[in-house]
Amino acid sequence: MENRTHIPIKKEYLVDNVLMNESVDLPADVEKMMRLLRRAKVRHPAVFVGTASSGVISGAGDTLDEIRKYLDERNIRADVVETGSAGYSSMEPVVEVQMPGKTRVAFRNVTAGKLSSVLDGIFNSIIPEEHVLGQHRDRALEIWKDVPFIDELPFFSLQKRNLLRNWGRISPLSIEEYIATGGYRSYVKTVRSYTHEEVCDIVEKSGLQGRGGGGFLTGKKWKVAHSVFADQRYLLCNADESDPGGYANRAMIESDPHRLLEGVLIAAYAIGTSRALIYIRNDYRIAIERLEHAISQAREFGLIGHNVYGSGFNIEITVRKGPGAFVCGEETAMISSLEGKRGMPRPKPPYPAVSGLFGKPTVVNNVETLSNIPAIFENGPDWFMSIGNESARGTKILVLSGIIVNQGIIEVPLGTPVKDIIYGTGEGIPDNKTFKAVQIGGPSGGFLTSENIDTPYDFSSLASEGVYMGSGGMVVLDESCCIIDTVKYFMDFIQKESCGKCIPCREGTSRMLEVYENITRRPVDANGHTTLERFKGVMQLESLAGVISDTSLCGLGQKAPNTVTSSLRHFRSDYEEHIFDRECSAGVCKELRLFQIDVNKCTGCTVCAPKCPESAIIGTRHHPFFIVEEKCTGCGICYDVCKFSAIYVK
Amino acid sequence: MDEKNNEILEKYPKGSRESLIPMLQDIQEAYGYLSEQAVVEVGRYLDLPSGKIYGLATFYNQFRFKPLGQYHICFCHGTSCHVTGAEEVRKKLEKKLRISPGETTRDGKFSLELTACMGACHLSPVIRINGNYHTRVKPDEVGDIIDSCIEERED
Ligand SMILES: Cc1cc2nc3c(=O)[nH]c(=O)nc-3n(C[C@H](O)[C@H](O)[C@H](O)COP(=O)(O)O)c2cc1C
Ligand code: SF4
Ligand code: SF4
Repeated sequence: MENRTHIPIKKEYLVDNVLMNESVDLPADVEKMMRLLRRAKVRHPAVFVGTASSGVISGAGDTLDEIRKYLDERNIRADVVETGSAGYSSMEPVVEVQMPGKTRVAFRNVTAGKLSSVLDGIFNSIIPEEHVLGQHRDRALEIWKDVPFIDELPFFSLQKRNLLRNWGRISPLSIEEYIATGGYRSYVKTVRSYTHEEVCDIVEKSGLQGRGGGGFLTGKKWKVAHSVFADQRYLLCNADESDPGGYANRAMIESDPHRLLEGVLIAAYAIGTSRALIYIRNDYRIAIERLEHAISQAREFGLIGHNVYGSGFNIEITVRKGPGAFVCGEETAMISSLEGKRGMPRPKPPYPAVSGLFGKPTVVNNVETLSNIPAIFENGPDWFMSIGNESARGTKILVLSGIIVNQGIIEVPLGTPVKDIIYGTGEGIPDNKTFKAVQIGGPSGGFLTSENIDTPYDFSSLASEGVYMGSGGMVVLDESCCIIDTVKYFMDFIQKESCGKCIPCREGTSRMLEVYENITRRPVDANGHTTLERFKGVMQLESLAGVISDTSLCGLGQKAPNTVTSSLRHFRSDYEEHIFDRECSAGVCKELRLFQIDVNKCTGCTVCAPKCPESAIIGTRHHPFFIVEEKCTGCGICYDVCKFSAIYVK
Repeated sequence: MDEKNNEILEKYPKGSRESLIPMLQDIQEAYGYLSEQAVVEVGRYLDLPSGKIYGLATFYNQFRFKPLGQYHICFCHGTSCHVTGAEEVRKKLEKKLRISPGETTRDGKFSLELTACMGACHLSPVIRINGNYHTRVKPDEVGDIIDSCIEERED
């Protein structure tokens, strides 16, 4: 994991000339050094490959090996740099190349097999058109002719990349490169010249709200913790992130771990603690490695440890691995887990800021919240206030996925209409299909449809449409998706992940799941699930939803019925279709399918009957077979085995 | 108890409950699972009844009490995977291996596990077998993927 700087530079040089330098502009010679460090100018070609999880799963590991092999075989002197993700997941593996004097060019979907054609091209000053994504903008460098600028591509043009600005640009394994982008200067300045109160004030003034779902004012939370009298306080970074469909926090750590660390350090100073813990999911292997690497570099630079840069501030950071439970993302559950107990939530108040880990004042903050801090100190709280809309300031990172052209991680100003995100950044639905809905916020979120898709993406606008932002997942559904099935999926998730402490959450969500199972299953026997029963079930959903959200202890139970009520509100007709017509027009609820045999096509080959698990197919050899409707569960096995296409869905 | 286990325990202060989870994580890392003996040893070291430790360990998804199969099949169950057809893939996996998530085949060859979002929604549905990813998996490819594992081993 040793991936340090490409130019030899001493730690002392950076500390004395950059970190301890309080003037805004650095002296010309130092600035020149910084430009070299962040590769604004290169002496040899540099090849970058994104090796965050999304890249690795797309095959970036093989591409990286191939790059090294390619350069070795041809004796080409070039830097090979592992970066994080550029966010553009559906284009990964992304390889970028920077030739001396020229702007950096990005190539898409460069799997190992395609690498040589890309490098053969660019090393000979020819841009292989079929792979090119675009070039970065840099006034000081010569541009490539006929290559689009990356920031003009629809995927990037709507974005405002503050938090993601280093993504794909610098090595997440190099503290020097982070410092060369201006990193850690805010932190050093903060501990050396601001009081704890001033730091809290600046953050409060910026209007930064927590990005972990609650949207609470971060500066205010810090103030509370700082004002409680205690011999020990804790700062806890919540990197548990277990939402299905959410992986932005992980990608942030994999792509720019020092940004998070700088945020953690400033926050720790603000609340006056010497102990910070980062609680991160154990299966985030790459993120954990990069984070631990970053911590050891920061310690080596004296940014973590005793009496940081002579300020009198002492700080220790520990990484703790979360053993996997969705509910541990809830702050009080996380605290229990850190105390060595089961991760079960407890009632609030007292809030953790007053009494948290081991009964001491504890601030719990999300990864994205903390990653926002360095830029607030770099550019000032007014700058932060100027981004976003009246009700919410700054940008928000989202994971865009599902049935949409551009998938990946994006950063937009809060208040951007959801429609612009889906049709602008996401470039809409592929294959000329029609948009059905967008699911926002995962298991505690809800749906927007084409009727309210122009809702601004911010905490309160979404909430007024009955949708909670949650951690920022955005899953787009087209006509081929079934809303009922999607809600069933979330219910199944919630029901499994409920910690079981509250009866309404534990039992209520199981009942809800049962209702969904009933309406997506064919009524197999007369006294089982009649239309009336199924209809009654849906009626109960509404009252169940009310009880569960009113009486559950934590956000998991309180928000669990949200997808249900949101779908009931917008998709009545889908419910009616499933209940009364026993049909799923999207064709997703397989058990509702009714199979029949075409007497003209059936040869009586007998293949299907023994395969039917319900013994619903009968007939005699060489004569057309038929399916007993009451016994068929719609599994479709017969459909798969028939070689004569005699079986069809009614 | 063997040396390795003692070494792990001695990294942590005696009798401190907050070390329980990191300790269990280290033991599972080293042995692949938590054996009954290991749980008893940890209990003695931390002065906790083993029932309490089991209670805690079963609460979390990470811990297991049986060794993994030779092939550890992780099945992503994120939202994107779901809407792109992961459910059918799961059914095929369960049918082919004749086990449910969380179980290991009787011959010890395959373990099936459901995991939270793997972070490759654009390639969904995704499965991971011993660290190798299979992406955009179609239900009818499942059989071949599993068979190729078996062949690789026989080579
Ligand atoms: C069931 C549940 C899961 C949660 N999961 C997360 C999570 O994965 N990450 C996170 O930062 N916050 C999560 N939260 C919110 C946290 O409890 C807490 O509000 C947040 O970490 C506070 O940080 P912030 O003020 O920076 O947003 C979750 C809440 C609930 C109820
Ligand atoms: S609401 Fe559900 S998850 Fe939350 S404490 Fe109650 S039972 Fe546990
Ligand atoms: S498999 Fe097809 S052709 Fe053969 S008996 Fe069944 S329906 Fe008829």
